[in-house]
Amino acid sequence: MSDKLYKIILFVAALVMPVVCGGVFYALVTDAYEAFDYFGFLNFLTSSEWSYTEGNEQYGALSFITGTLMTTLLALIFCIPLSLPVALFVGEYFKGTKIASVLSTITDLLAGIPSIIYGLWGFYTLRPIMISLNISPQGSGVLTASLVLAIMIVPYAASLSAEFIKMVPTDLKESAYSLGATHAEVIRKVVFPVAGSGIFSSYILAIGRALGETMTVTMLIGNTNNIPNSITSTGNSMASIIANQFGEADGLRLSSLIAIGLILFLITALINMIGKVMIKRARIV
Amino acid sequence: MNNLKIKKRLVQDKFMCWGVCLLATLTAIPLFAILGKVLLSGYDQLSWSFFTEPTPTAYKAMKAIEAGEPIPGGIANGIIGTMIMLGMAVVVAVPLGILCGAFLAENSKTRFAQFVSYLTDLLQGTPSVIIGIITYVWVVVPMKGYSAIAGSVALCIMMLPLIVRSTEETLKILPASLKEAGLALGGNKARVMMKVQLPSAFGGIFTGVLLAISRVIGETAPLMFTALGCSFVRFAVDKPISAVPLLIWEFFNDPNLQELIWGASLFLLLFVLLLNLLSKYIAKKWNQ
Repeated sequence: MSDKLYKIILFVAALVMPVVCGGVFYALVTDAYEAFDYFGFLNFLTSSEWSYTEGNEQYGALSFITGTLMTTLLALIFCIPLSLPVALFVGEYFKGTKIASVLSTITDLLAGIPSIIYGLWGFYTLRPIMISLNISPQGSGVLTASLVLAIMIVPYAASLSAEFIKMVPTDLKESAYSLGATHAEVIRKVVFPVAGSGIFSSYILAIGRALGETMTVTMLIGNTNNIPNSITSTGNSMASIIANQFGEADGLRLSSLIAIGLILFLITALINMIGKVMIKRARIV
Repeated sequence: MNNLKIKKRLVQDKFMCWGVCLLATLTAIPLFAILGKVLLSGYDQLSWSFFTEPTPTAYKAMKAIEAGEPIPGGIANGIIGTMIMLGMAVVVAVPLGILCGAFLAENSKTRFAQFVSYLTDLLQGTPSVIIGIITYVWVVVPMKGYSAIAGSVALCIMMLPLIVRSTEETLKILPASLKEAGLALGGNKARVMMKVQLPSAFGGIFTGVLLAISRVIGETAPLMFTALGCSFVRFAVDKPISAVPLLIWEFFNDPNLQELIWGASLFLLLFVLLLNLLSKYIAKKWNQ
């Protein structure tokens, strides 16, 4: 095979990425156009109506955007106190030891569990606990969904943060020790300031994960088409409304669901891009 | 006074260390809780017939429940469907992903490669439910029906970025002297790639493929709008087909079939975790 042919083959294979991504964007935009055209772009974003009585169809994305933002934000809040200790454990306290590799294997396995099994576990184990604690009458809702979601994103946040914590130069830490600092002080005053932007970007990428999680949220959020008025009430996220209704939808409703998909795609793309750029910057430092 | 301050700092240090250890161990609990729940509820459903028989109809299951017998049937249709769709997806995604990854590793400095690299990240971060929508629009609508092909296209799109990334990263780690030695012996670039670089990178690429498979094998959302599901064993690729995660979703929604949830979940969970451990093991072996 000549060098020229080889180059062409590789180039054609690489063209797949632009074609697929362009196709994704093109298909989402053209199929969402009907809904945006009918309701108006801003109106679609700010309306919380979702009714499919024939002749008076009203669709808006606001309740689902709120649902997604609430579950993601809560999941992030629950995720931090679990993933930061794991990152410190693996990257600082027990760096390079057997027990650290055991813990990081465990978190890796946690990342491998399919989301439908997380959903089942949440439904049959966590939901009864929520009911018995009298947190919400049916047990499902934003809070239940975000608790499971938090567990799901811990591995992503923890493994990346640990990487950044490991990269903190030893001589920086040693000079702090030589001045008499305790381990806790070294972490607070040296490790966090140096690895901070990297840790922050790992949480941004974890948010990107949580935004699009579908099955777990669908099984646990309660599936009601309203803006959740408290963290224990039921609702729907953008991904879960699509999963619930896409199969039976047609016409304007299908287009509205695809429009929600487009919004979700744009939000996750933006979050992921911010995360990646920040990681690149953090690596250079 | 000074002594007291030092004591306070030391106590703080101890407190932080124990807190980190405690919370870090706490994170391990969900894995064991999930494994335990699925194992305990599912182990008694696993039998030979569970893997060889298709899903029972809701009516049959209802009668069995009324008679107090265990529900007949199993998940054979799901296992076959998953294997067919995964097989087709792997056949397309692996060569394409390796070639694309090789392109990125060879031309990492050019504008176009950086653009492709960015798009790979974008595709990798795209929620699976959106891949489902896209495949519905691309494949299901033109073909006028749900099919195994549509399902495998969805799985293929999801696997592609993972394989591209692992290929690119493994090729970049290889020492440059390896490639130079091949070129110095008179091989052209294609020959060096096929005979030297790819074989040396095999471990990393294989790990990436295994991880990609383990990631998409449990995907439910994209298959709901593409493969749809089917209650008997089927080998046709242009007709709706079932998959193990789709069956779990079906069992979850059908009160008559709920008993079967845990057996199917146990099978899926063990399979995914084994793939994960295997890929970790291979990666470790290869790095030595």
